[in-house]
Amino acid sequence: MPAPTTTALLYLNGVHVSFDGFRAINNLSLMIEPGEMRAIIGPNGAGKTTMMDIVTGKTRPDTGDVFFEGTHDLSKLDETQIATLGIGRKFQKPTVFEMHTVEDNLLLALKNDRRPYATLRWHETDDEMQRVASVLETIRLGPVRDRPAGSLAHGQKQWLEIGMLLAQEPKLLLVDEPVAGMTDAETRQTAELLKQINRDKTVIVVEHDMAFVRELGVKVTCLHEGTAIAEGTIDQVSENERVIEVYLGR
Amino acid sequence: MAGHPLLRMLDRGALIFLAVLGVIAVLVPFLNLAFPPSSALHVPTYLVALFGKYLCYALLALSIDLIWGYCGILSLGHGAFFALGGYAMGMYLMRQIGTRGVYAHPELPDFMVFLNWPELPVFWYGFQHFPYALLMIVLVPGALAFVFGWFAFRSRVTGVYLSIITQAMTYALLLAFFRNDFGFGGNNGLTDFKDILGFNVQAQGTRAALFFVSCVALALGFLVCRALVTSKFGKVLVAVRDAEPRTRFLGYRAESYKLFVFTLSACMAGVAGALYVPQVGIINPSEFSPANSIEAVIWVAVGGRGTLIGPVIGALLVNYGKTTFTSGALAPYWLFVLGSLFILVTLLLPRGIVGTWRHWRAQRSAQASADRAATAAAEPAPRPAE
Repeated sequence: MPAPTTTALLYLNGVHVSFDGFRAINNLSLMIEPGEMRAIIGPNGAGKTTMMDIVTGKTRPDTGDVFFEGTHDLSKLDETQIATLGIGRKFQKPTVFEMHTVEDNLLLALKNDRRPYATLRWHETDDEMQRVASVLETIRLGPVRDRPAGSLAHGQKQWLEIGMLLAQEPKLLLVDEPVAGMTDAETRQTAELLKQINRDKTVIVVEHDMAFVRELGVKVTCLHEGTAIAEGTIDQVSENERVIEVYLGR
Repeated sequence: MAGHPLLRMLDRGALIFLAVLGVIAVLVPFLNLAFPPSSALHVPTYLVALFGKYLCYALLALSIDLIWGYCGILSLGHGAFFALGGYAMGMYLMRQIGTRGVYAHPELPDFMVFLNWPELPVFWYGFQHFPYALLMIVLVPGALAFVFGWFAFRSRVTGVYLSIITQAMTYALLLAFFRNDFGFGGNNGLTDFKDILGFNVQAQGTRAALFFVSCVALALGFLVCRALVTSKFGKVLVAVRDAEPRTRFLGYRAESYKLFVFTLSACMAGVAGALYVPQVGIINPSEFSPANSIEAVIWVAVGGRGTLIGPVIGALLVNYGKTTFTSGALAPYWLFVLGSLFILVTLLLPRGIVGTWRHWRAQRSAQASADRAATAAAEPAPRPAE
């Protein structure tokens, strides 16, 4: 394994991706330091979700470097390998296993041996049940632990998916629009939850809700047409001419 | 996922199913052998063989349910694995004929003598030994499924595309087995069997024993499936079925899981085919016909996919209907009946028989507990409601 070339946990440099001639990501560079929480904003089609697809192995970059912990070249790995390295992802549309109970969803997400033989021989341990219980407490879904995930309200599904991310114990969490469709109270609770998670994990949040981003109070990157046009505090970014022009509106 | 694995595996429904199967396994051969044909309690030998055939179909349906109902892999070519298992058994039975064939050749089956083949082809070697044949019954379908699945699942071929290529696979095998020079008897297939393990395949006692063994095979297949689907492995399978990309992002290698169940399912189908052949007395290329595989999928849909018990019931019911229908004046219309059955089940009973029953039961118990809660709430509560 080559020596790390950067201290950043996630390092993107000069990344290009095009789909049928459409440049989804255009010379994107991004550095996320360990322990950081970063908010990514930008208009529709700015390449936010594509960026997450690149980091998690769903889409391969045409050119450019994507490194995790300075040594793992993510452009050469698939989804499963990347997940195993410690990158977890929450989708824009909540994606949970609808037919499984809340508890089983967390159990499947729990950091563990993922190979078929291991799951065949698996049996429940107190340690694992405690970890599930602690996640249930964090995401406040204890009372519905035996309900099928498909029967949960939208906000609860969002939380369950965040809970699954926690159970995975990743080093880096990619969270795509966590508060879409949430009430104001739920949005505030989610901001609290993400801050709590950020105490020991690195987090990237993609979000449209500016009030939510302000509440997080972290460094913000604004994407436009597949490239980062501004980076800084929320106040700096929202005063940026280009950002106002393409995203916030005058 | 609470409780001991064995308790999860053998819930009430599974125990009832196994008990019923056990009673049938003993009772049918007993009524056939212990009572003379004149007795009202006698079960005719032809019925024993017929029901034995249904049981083989039930095992095939079970193998399809494991991959379709729990992992979302709709194979429209599972008849191929069934037929391969059947051919492996047929080859053993052919080698047992010995000098009793029409041409009385000590080594070559009749069709090879007829084709003027000088000696036994290499791939027929060893089939005179029953243990070797048993191994091939499981190994050949399993190996084909492994290779096929390895390419298909690694390339992420899913849904209707996968169904189409499984159909193509069984059709290709149909064409190959039709050819005389392929070495499996061409369009006549393998037939005129004499002995199995030294017993006459036509004899009443052998028929009863084959029926019993078919019940045992079905019970074992059911137990293996139950053990799989009630384990954490089974939870991952359902996760792959419902949200495959999510499972990958969680770090599960979905293709390994699919490959495992697909191969296992093909082995089960092979065993079913192997038990089928001595009971019907023939195996020919028509067993590879795409329509057979589609029919098997219909049994599963009728019985209820993802229930394990449902496909068994579906296979028995549909085949009983088929036998009744095709032995009367209505025979030419059977395919219309089968087609309408499939449409009706899809439209009116998408959960199948067992699935609908379970759904109804679950709704009723949910309703009952809601009613109880309502009555409890209506009574003056000693403590404030939450």
